[in-house]
Amino acid sequence: MPSVRIFRRACTFFQAALILTDVKLEIATRAEGSATVMDLGGRVTLEDAPEFLEALMSLLKAKKPPRVLVNMSQVSYIDSAGVACLVEAFKVARDSKIGFALFGLGPIARDVFELTKLISVFELYETEQEALRGKSGTPSSS
Amino acid sequence: MSGQCAAKADLMLTDSSKSDASADHAAAIVVRNLRVNYGNREVLHDLSFDIKAAETITILGGSGSGKTTLLRSLIGLEKPVSGEIWIRGHDLCCISAAELAGLRKKFGVSFQGGALFGSMTVGENVALPLREHSRLDDASIEVVTRIKLEEVGLSGYEDFYPAQLSGGMKKRAAVARALTMDPQILFFDEPSAGLDPIIAAGIDDLILKLKRAFQMTIVVVTHELVSAFRIADRMILIDKGSILAIGTPDELKANQHPRVRQFLDRVPDPENSANEDYLERLTARLRL
Repeated sequence: MPSVRIFRRACTFFQAALILTDVKLEIATRAEGSATVMDLGGRVTLEDAPEFLEALMSLLKAKKPPRVLVNMSQVSYIDSAGVACLVEAFKVARDSKIGFALFGLGPIARDVFELTKLISVFELYETEQEALRGKSGTPSSS
Repeated sequence: MSGQCAAKADLMLTDSSKSDASADHAAAIVVRNLRVNYGNREVLHDLSFDIKAAETITILGGSGSGKTTLLRSLIGLEKPVSGEIWIRGHDLCCISAAELAGLRKKFGVSFQGGALFGSMTVGENVALPLREHSRLDDASIEVVTRIKLEEVGLSGYEDFYPAQLSGGMKKRAAVARALTMDPQILFFDEPSAGLDPIIAAGIDDLILKLKRAFQMTIVVVTHELVSAFRIADRMILIDKGSILAIGTPDELKANQHPRVRQFLDRVPDPENSANEDYLERLTARLRL
């Protein structure tokens, strides 16, 4: 189907344009009930990985909230170094018995998680509401 | 950028009748009128083409056609006699050594022979670019290294030395090292040459997945037709240092140029002309 091919190609170039746009990583945290949500924006790449890891570790080790949810919905691109930071944070969270989940993965981030075979390792949710409810379906209490 | 080069770039941007190479932001790589010599012999003749961002392009050609020389030129290992090579808006021919080194951090190159360091383990080889060029700590480097080895199917081989690996495994380890920094542009020189069909198909799959996940611009030099047609968005066929054809796989398949057909249909050169070439080579320096 030529129209499907044209649409796919348009998507590819749109994604490439997004990736090539230099949007620096932005990190913010907020409390949602008993959970802490870390909102990420822009590109999560090798360049900013040390700062990203530091933000994750200080949240997990210093504040020790019962549950950390990483909001990926505004992430335009994530590379392997960014994924590695999430892997390290997940390990620390698990060892400290802190809940750790991601939500709002776009198609680009999802492809990266699939390629790195981590899609089934992390606890993933489509939306913040689902992430707040968690596996048990019970919202984090205020 | 040198003053001369900056002035040249200004000229190019302001005069639309001249090359549009530097202004073409949609293209990851722009090559204009490229000529490369080995000694007095010109081996690449006036090549011009664009490679778009997030595009996979295969450079095809027979042995000695100039395809590897072209690849070496694109990564700055061969200095052109004339012409321009623009990578992400930088003219390779004009930038300083420091700028070239900075730009090369955005490349990944997988050489034909692997080029692994024999005295280092596979894990150390793969981690090397991160240790040299990033601020990641040891733990993060360890995780990225393991991710990359998992991607190429070499999980568990971190502590092996290259000499302990098969040819296919060495090649995959070299690919893992090329991927370590998640480069924006990835160059492969004959990624599946000498591999069995199953491993070769695995490398093709990996290239397709990388393109999708990381939106990389991928340049593959190969003479493996099946692989080239499988992975390419567009293809460039080089013959005797000139571009014979350029287009999508479908366009190349439909190309009726006799030399293109000969290459794609795997037809040997006629014996007479081969004999004439041979005689020419044997007697080239004789004064008769």
